[in-house]
Amino acid sequence: MATEAVPPQRKATETAPGPGPGSDPGPGPARPTTEQFVEVQQSEEFGELRRTYRSFAFPLTVAFITWYLLYVLLSNYAGDFMGTRLFGNINVALVLGLGQFATTFLIAWLYSRHAALRLDPKGEAIKARMEGDA
Amino acid sequence: MSTPAAPLLLAAGDATTEHRPLIIGLFAAFVIATLAITVWAGRQTRSTADFYAGGGQFTGFQNGLAISGDYMSAASFLGISGAIALFGYDGFLYSIGFLVAWLVALLLVAEPLRNSGRFTMGDVLAYRMRQRPVRTAAGTSTIVVSIFYLLAQMAGAGVLVSLLLGIKSDGGKIAIVALVGVLMIVYVTIGGMKGTTWVQMVKAVLLIVGTLLITFLILLKFDFNLSSLLGAAADNSGAGAAFLEPGLKYGVSATSKLDFLSLGIALVLGTAGLPHILIRFYTVPTAKAARKSVNWAIGIIGAFYLMTIVLGFGAAALLSSKTIRESNPSGNTAAPLTALEVGGGAGSTGGAILLAVISAVAFATILAVVAGLTLASSSSFAHDIYANVIKRGKATEKQEMRAARLATVLVGVVSIGLGALARDLNVAGLVALAFAVAASANLPTILYSLFWKRFTTQGALWSIYGGLVSSVVLVLFSPVVSGGKNSMFKGVDFHWFPLENPGLVSIPLGFLLGWLGSLLSKEEPDRGKYAELEVKSLTGVGTAAAVEH
Repeated sequence: MATEAVPPQRKATETAPGPGPGSDPGPGPARPTTEQFVEVQQSEEFGELRRTYRSFAFPLTVAFITWYLLYVLLSNYAGDFMGTRLFGNINVALVLGLGQFATTFLIAWLYSRHAALRLDPKGEAIKARMEGDA
Repeated sequence: MSTPAAPLLLAAGDATTEHRPLIIGLFAAFVIATLAITVWAGRQTRSTADFYAGGGQFTGFQNGLAISGDYMSAASFLGISGAIALFGYDGFLYSIGFLVAWLVALLLVAEPLRNSGRFTMGDVLAYRMRQRPVRTAAGTSTIVVSIFYLLAQMAGAGVLVSLLLGIKSDGGKIAIVALVGVLMIVYVTIGGMKGTTWVQMVKAVLLIVGTLLITFLILLKFDFNLSSLLGAAADNSGAGAAFLEPGLKYGVSATSKLDFLSLGIALVLGTAGLPHILIRFYTVPTAKAARKSVNWAIGIIGAFYLMTIVLGFGAAALLSSKTIRESNPSGNTAAPLTALEVGGGAGSTGGAILLAVISAVAFATILAVVAGLTLASSSSFAHDIYANVIKRGKATEKQEMRAARLATVLVGVVSIGLGALARDLNVAGLVALAFAVAASANLPTILYSLFWKRFTTQGALWSIYGGLVSSVVLVLFSPVVSGGKNSMFKGVDFHWFPLENPGLVSIPLGFLLGWLGSLLSKEEPDRGKYAELEVKSLTGVGTAAAVEH
């Protein structure tokens, strides 16, 4: 199982004061300016990070919600099928129900691996640059 | 509208009168231990960052444990096992929906939220919007959802204690609900998020150990053969094989089938909109740690829900459904009664000890969850409504903390009052309503805020208020409140909405209104603010962990 790593992001650069009077109570010290954020948002690098995230998370979300709804609908409208005994008193309904558990664990693992391999390095590079610039 | 207080199980009554000192002793031990933690945590709670987010320095594992403690409520423990014990397979949907829902939180919400907010759900919802109206809306919805959820916990507390201590009078039950209310006020006002988090961690461990123990003992009776356990449950339930198939509760009519669908949708979309869960993501320093906490939570919660299958079907196999129903019409006491049975049955010392242990675990569960809920509503009141709306962002930390503590007392008092009314409803059913409100009002707004660049202030207001009002109104006129078998108000019938759970209507409505409100909006979305939110949410720029000492 995962062991806890000490968060590596404590930097000595946290000298900026909190938001001044009248400014929005945004979280944390607001270092980069809005213009810089817009610039990064438009950049190719950030676009790729967004694509890498969305093209993984969105279809997967649609998939597990569809699979879950399918299970609910089968329970509702396909009682005979769900009641089919597979072995002993274990029927299709129970197996599909346990299948929902299995897919949940699987998807959580897949996403976390994707995030660690593909998203974290890109995100951290942008963060380091922006905080370094300011 | 006095309840025909279901005659207490004589057996449990006997066992408990004999062993009442033991039960009270266990309850007291938990209360004293958690109060000690609270006082210790209170000493370290100086700033608003401590009070709202526990200093933001918990590890992913600690937070995962605390999330599990925050999430596995009396609804899961008492309600689900009761629902399975009475309705067999149909009760199992709760377990599945409650778990799958975590994927929404993991994939779409936890990390962006940690990166772009600080203390409350309102931080993220209001980020790109006009602060005051959106914060007001977010605060309102936080408080409504949390109070619905609190009601369920209070109902659970009343049920449990009346079973254990043989308190039958309405006055006695209300006194217990009041005691729970007072304790939660103390936990939160003194310990803040840090105290609450530790209480939740302790509770999660107790709940898992207690459930493991009962699961083991039940399986032992059936030689660890799940199939024969299920067979015995089916035979004993009187429903035969149908007990193991979908439809016993929800299959009776076309309307009840829709209700099942509605419940299913509310469960899976509700979790990621529950404010007391969302604020837990602020207690860790980074998005990575937030991801890790959700992964731990999925593991712990998944294991627990797998055990509810054994617990629920075990109750059905070992007790008659008449026994279960007589003790509590909604099945809320099935788990403790099963503990009594596997410990050796009524009158045995083993049975009494197990009953006491399991009840103490359930009591711990309730206390930890109500503390989390109270904290969520009071921090939203203080941070969103008081500091940012009333004081327009110019409140001092001291004032803000005082407002939070005051709000805690207020929420406590309100939920004591409402909790007394709700004591005979199935706890899991009540929680499902909270999920429906959260999925209708909060989730659409969170997702649009994070991912849709054309979302505007008007869209946010329409989706929050639209989802909130529609779900609450539909519940008000549903069989849950009047005209049903276990309605909150008996003897009157003003219901016109046929479903118990409003999700099927109110969740799509919340999404639709958010979209429509933005399209029809005269003001342009704030592009600069969206750039900030989007970049922060994906990269964590500027998320200094909330440490200010």
